[in-house]
Amino acid sequence: MTSSEIFSIITFIYGLAMILYAVAWIFKKSLPGKLAVGATAVAAAGNLAGIFLRWIESYQMGIGHAPLSNLYESLIFFAFTIAIIHLFVEYRYKHRFVGLVAGPIPFLIMAYASLPKVDDAIKPLIPALQSNWLIAHVMTCFIGYAAFAIACGVSILFLVKPAGDAPADGISGRIPDADTLDDLTHQMVMFGFLFLSIGIITGAVWANQAWGRYWGWDPKETWSLITWLIYATLLHARLMRGWQGKKIAILSCLGFCAVIFTYFGVNLLPGLHSYQ
Amino acid sequence: MTKSSNPDGLGRQLWQFFASVKLSVVILLSLAATSIIGTVIPQNENPMLYHRKFGDVLFTIFNTLEIFDMYHSWWFRLLLFLLTVNIIVCSINRLQATWKIIFPKKASFHADPFRRSRHQRTWTSDSSPDQLKARYAPWLEKRYARFTTQPTENGWLLFGEKGRWTRLGVYAVHLSIIFMVAGGLAGSLFGFDGYVNIPEGESTNAITLKNGQSEILLDFEILCKDFEFTLYEDSGMPKEYRSSLAIVKNGETVLEKDIIVNDPLRFEGINIFQSSYGKLPATKMTVTFTETASGLIYEKDAVMGTPVDLPGNSGTLTVEDFRSNFPFRGVTLSNVFLCRLDPKNGEPSHILIPADFPRFDAMRQGDFVISIAGTDFKYYTGLQVTRDPGVPLVYAGFLLMIIGCYVTFFMFHQKICIEITDAGGGTTVLAAGVSAKKRPGMNAVIGRLARQLQKRAQDIHHA
Repeated sequence: MTSSEIFSIITFIYGLAMILYAVAWIFKKSLPGKLAVGATAVAAAGNLAGIFLRWIESYQMGIGHAPLSNLYESLIFFAFTIAIIHLFVEYRYKHRFVGLVAGPIPFLIMAYASLPKVDDAIKPLIPALQSNWLIAHVMTCFIGYAAFAIACGVSILFLVKPAGDAPADGISGRIPDADTLDDLTHQMVMFGFLFLSIGIITGAVWANQAWGRYWGWDPKETWSLITWLIYATLLHARLMRGWQGKKIAILSCLGFCAVIFTYFGVNLLPGLHSYQ
Repeated sequence: MTKSSNPDGLGRQLWQFFASVKLSVVILLSLAATSIIGTVIPQNENPMLYHRKFGDVLFTIFNTLEIFDMYHSWWFRLLLFLLTVNIIVCSINRLQATWKIIFPKKASFHADPFRRSRHQRTWTSDSSPDQLKARYAPWLEKRYARFTTQPTENGWLLFGEKGRWTRLGVYAVHLSIIFMVAGGLAGSLFGFDGYVNIPEGESTNAITLKNGQSEILLDFEILCKDFEFTLYEDSGMPKEYRSSLAIVKNGETVLEKDIIVNDPLRFEGINIFQSSYGKLPATKMTVTFTETASGLIYEKDAVMGTPVDLPGNSGTLTVEDFRSNFPFRGVTLSNVFLCRLDPKNGEPSHILIPADFPRFDAMRQGDFVISIAGTDFKYYTGLQVTRDPGVPLVYAGFLLMIIGCYVTFFMFHQKICIEITDAGGGTTVLAAGVSAKKRPGMNAVIGRLARQLQKRAQDIHHA
């Protein structure tokens, strides 16, 4: 089996998990919920296996490098980190509802990665990327992005939740209480903020090694800083000004928009980081 | 009125102004919003380009606001300065209170805040309060830096506290920002960022600075012994750019090193990076004239810039310039000589002679097909040369930032209280915790603690 075959299969398993989470939610059944967790775990394991297989394949081609070097490979890794963090949150906090918002993301990412416009060929590394910092930089950034993605999902859930005491039997009534959502958003943002910081810092150290400056206001660098500033604002507003609930949820969504732009939008702007 | 006569006046107001977290939020969001501009409008390009793109009015406005180099503009720097002052004032302001929490003059535990806490678990046990206390106390003592017990009317209060010092984490994060700002400032004041192109076999000590046209002279020479670049066999993508460099000081080679992208040379605080490369033709070359009518071939030596006589004394050819890449009718030609043809009778014209296509000039349908061969190409290496004495400070800031964020987010100051009460017929246990306001995670801590304590109480009956 090749890595691309594995990636096609797990795309479907992620899709299946997404549907199972929705079914468990709508019909309030625990069996589909358990199956959904199982499917996500299987898909994540396959995802990891695929990443390692692609790594091996690159060595067989004589251009061996960690599969973290272009848009396609970053999407695959992104899907994996989201699935893992999602599973961890479910396990640690026993919140099945996380799957409702975190479940669809890996599926959508894998589906996007399989579009023909995303080049999935294994390419050799250009000189600028030939560094051990590649792995540390890309991995930490994407762990951060994944945590922010889940925080954004939880925040959206918060925003669509009807205010006040909704009827407990309705679908929206099954959304956990505001405190739980607010707390989880905060936890995910803190986790993401630490990893985004490490990601920016490893990137800066790497840039100083390859390009002779640790910071150059390249669009990707600047956008990662914008993202960092938004989440820094969120943390200060919450801890020091006592913001909670809706305002924090909106900031968390705004922060994730910046993440998305840092990731994709920057490719539209000129700069050293665009995947071309 | 002088400042000193009115200590509660302006100074105090300023201090209050900068001590506000509201100000931090405003500055952080302003920095985020304004930073977008420089990612949309390319920075530091030729003013002519901007003028053409934006027109007179917009160009003047943008230019006045230094939008074309916004990250170094006065107003962006002012924002950074305000943020720095804000951070310093806020930190000093709060550090006093934090210090009192970390090093209290007299520490005591009271049960009331715990009884009111949102983070509680209650359960009942068959064991007596004394049994439970004997069971829990040594276990908790190991886990909490400060631990104490208090008897109550019908039971025990067990207090634990740890992680006071983690309240310093946030100050580490703030200090890290100061370090980075200071490092950045030191770099821009005492460092430089320049570039130099050195042909193979040559050396120089003159570095052209990036901002401005000025030059800087190093007290050593950089010699480029060799430059090589390799491509991947299958894809033709660039694989490696390698310059063999030597540092020559007072006529002596003091250091030799091959540099590639990601592996620079560092010498006496100066960093030399592989940045670009280019091709230069040898100054001497052989020009071949093939007469169209007869097919006769004439070869002549030529030097760039000096006219060469055409065969039959019909005019001159001057090789004026060389380009390693030259766009021509939608394709890019490599190794092109730009020449000027001055026929004896007629107008001078400019012609292209690509070294790799000897028959290219036949297209011109002139009296001669001209080609240039026998040239050795020489590579030059493009080096970026920098000095940045701020880097150690910035890196110290990086380290402090990571440690500070970790401590602030994943460790926290927590106080717990276990209240064991004889309720007649059974024992009620209350586990409760308090932490800094709005700090998530305490509830989970109490949940885990309650589970562990219940498990330990089961052992009593097994034992």
